[in-house]
Amino acid sequence: MSFHDGLAFAWGALRGHRLRTTLTVVGIAVGIGAVVALTALGEGARRYVVQEFAALGSNLLIVLPGKVETSGAAPFGGVLRDLTLEDFQAVERVTGVKMAAPLASGAETVRFGDLSRSVPVLGTTGEFAPLRRLHVAQGSFLPAREPHVGGFEIVLGFKVAKELFGSESPLGKTVRVGPYRFRVIGVLAPRGRGLGFDFDELALIPVRTAMRIFNRTSLFRILVECHDHRDMDTVRKRVEEVLFRRHRAQDVTVVSQDAVLEAFSSILRTLTWALSGIAAVSLLVAGIGIMNVMLVAVTERRREIGLLKAVGVTQGQVLVVFLMEALILAGLGGVLGLGLGTGSVWVFKGFYPNFPASPPSWAFAAALSVALGVGALFGLWPAARAARVDPVLALAGGGR
Amino acid sequence: MIRLENVTRVYRLGDAEVQALAGVSLTIAEGSFTALMGPSGSGKSTLLHILGLLDRPTDGRYFLQGQDVGDLPDAQRTLLRRHTIGFVFQFFHLLPRLSARGNVELPMLFAGVPSEERKERAMAALAAVGLTHRASHRPDQLSGGERQRVALARAVVMRPKLLLADEPTGNLDRVSAGEIMELITGLNRQGLTVVLVTHDPAIAAYAERVLRMADGQIVGEGKL
Ligand SMILES: Nc1ncnc2c1ncn2[C@@H]1O[C@H](COP(=O)(O)OP(=O)(O)OP(=O)(O)O)[C@@H](O)[C@H]1O
Ligand SMILES: [Mg+2]
Repeated sequence: MSFHDGLAFAWGALRGHRLRTTLTVVGIAVGIGAVVALTALGEGARRYVVQEFAALGSNLLIVLPGKVETSGAAPFGGVLRDLTLEDFQAVERVTGVKMAAPLASGAETVRFGDLSRSVPVLGTTGEFAPLRRLHVAQGSFLPAREPHVGGFEIVLGFKVAKELFGSESPLGKTVRVGPYRFRVIGVLAPRGRGLGFDFDELALIPVRTAMRIFNRTSLFRILVECHDHRDMDTVRKRVEEVLFRRHRAQDVTVVSQDAVLEAFSSILRTLTWALSGIAAVSLLVAGIGIMNVMLVAVTERRREIGLLKAVGVTQGQVLVVFLMEALILAGLGGVLGLGLGTGSVWVFKGFYPNFPASPPSWAFAAALSVALGVGALFGLWPAARAARVDPVLALAGGGR
Repeated sequence: MIRLENVTRVYRLGDAEVQALAGVSLTIAEGSFTALMGPSGSGKSTLLHILGLLDRPTDGRYFLQGQDVGDLPDAQRTLLRRHTIGFVFQFFHLLPRLSARGNVELPMLFAGVPSEERKERAMAALAAVGLTHRASHRPDQLSGGERQRVALARAVVMRPKLLLADEPTGNLDRVSAGEIMELITGLNRQGLTVVLVTHDPAIAAYAERVLRMADGQIVGEGKL
């Protein structure tokens, strides 16, 4: 029996039961489709995060108060020294540091006339804009100035400006943050949601002022950009050392953007696997569907099997033919499932065009081989039963 | 062609034992035409299944073309069935989804005969039973007599030495039965050894030798 003849024979048998065949194929297709779609979405989420981080610049170190052990243990010691503006200035001077920006945070209501908008207000310096790749649409950013000086200038996010001022130019206008009055000197260009912040919905003021009005003694973060990506580790150690000398304790954490990115990436990869695992359950169900259909087929076609044996078809050939039927069901399901999966990802992308969801390239080969594997696994036992049918018993009795 | 020595076949049903064959010894010459007769349950089908290597004797020996086939492994018995034995059954056993030609091609398909040759040989076999014009019909579009002729074409398309027929006319009217018997007789004249089970003396009359069975044994022999 040639492969082609066997396939044609198996296909003929399946065509005899169109509805049953279709339903089984759909079962497999749903399983495969779910795996493909969920893998694509998970992988897309990971890529999205990686992209966002990359947009922030790859030479970034982040200094945060408190010792965060990688194992997630509690902060070192009990008392935390504040991360001060002096610390910031010391970090700025570390060799290999291109620039740094301090960050003090609070949320406040920004008012103009009767309109108000509650947004995060960040205190920082002029370096923050180049560091976070922010562009100014109108006016200018916070002036580069000694951080201790303070001042009552404010830069508004794109949406904040739009909602408070409409089409009017906010430049030179006075807005209130809590009880304090600030002069608008700039509006950021639209940027959209980045990780952590929506740069369209915040306001930026000088760091010194922010610490005072929000009553903060410690900075929230210090962002550091290094000259050279290869020096990141050395620079990180130097920054740690400088702060250790100043605080006489290891009470700050310096992480590189890469480390954060890697952590996110691995979390999301795990998520992708988990999603695929859940989807794989539906494949298992579909596999049992194949087994069920094939067992029914073996029972129904006992007479046929008996006849085949009588005309000299070997046990092996009977096994192969029934296995081929299972594999055809699974293969068709796999192909259809791929279409279903990519189709639904496509629809999803119609709604969220920015989301880089696409099935990883290996998904195509994997989906097909998984489908065929499921077919073989769940088709084997019914096929073995077919091969063992006793021809004398099968041929006994009436019928066709 | 065939020699049986004290062949028995015992079915075990729980504690009870059924002696379907209780010691059958028998020789069938090459090219002969033998009919098996006997009451229902006398063991005719059981004997035919053993002759056709679909079943194994519980005891005794079976020589086919001089070869002891009693203890041959399944794979070799299958190959013997494929190449030297043809079957015709009372209930035709055609595959309903295949055309007449497809059914006749079936043994060749699994024997690995190339598709062109398969088609030619199947058409020739159908022509020999007078069904050229029905080649593309499916079994449910054929009469009982036509179905049995397709089954007969399928049985001989591999050019076997031995044809085993279990009540091939049991489901046919008198005219169709006559046609089938003419065809079988014709094949026998060309050298095919035939063993046929029947209840009908008129059918047995086509054979040159009639064996009578009762209670799993051969109890008589001879032309009617
Ligand atoms: N699978 C089986 N299990 C148990 N007993 C069986 C089995 N097959 C046949 N028998 C018994 O063996 C005996 C012979 O059966 P067999 O089918 O050979 O009779 P037969 O002569 O062909 O009868 P009929 O003319 O009705 O076809 C019967 O008593 C039958 O009940
Ligand atoms: Mg019988």
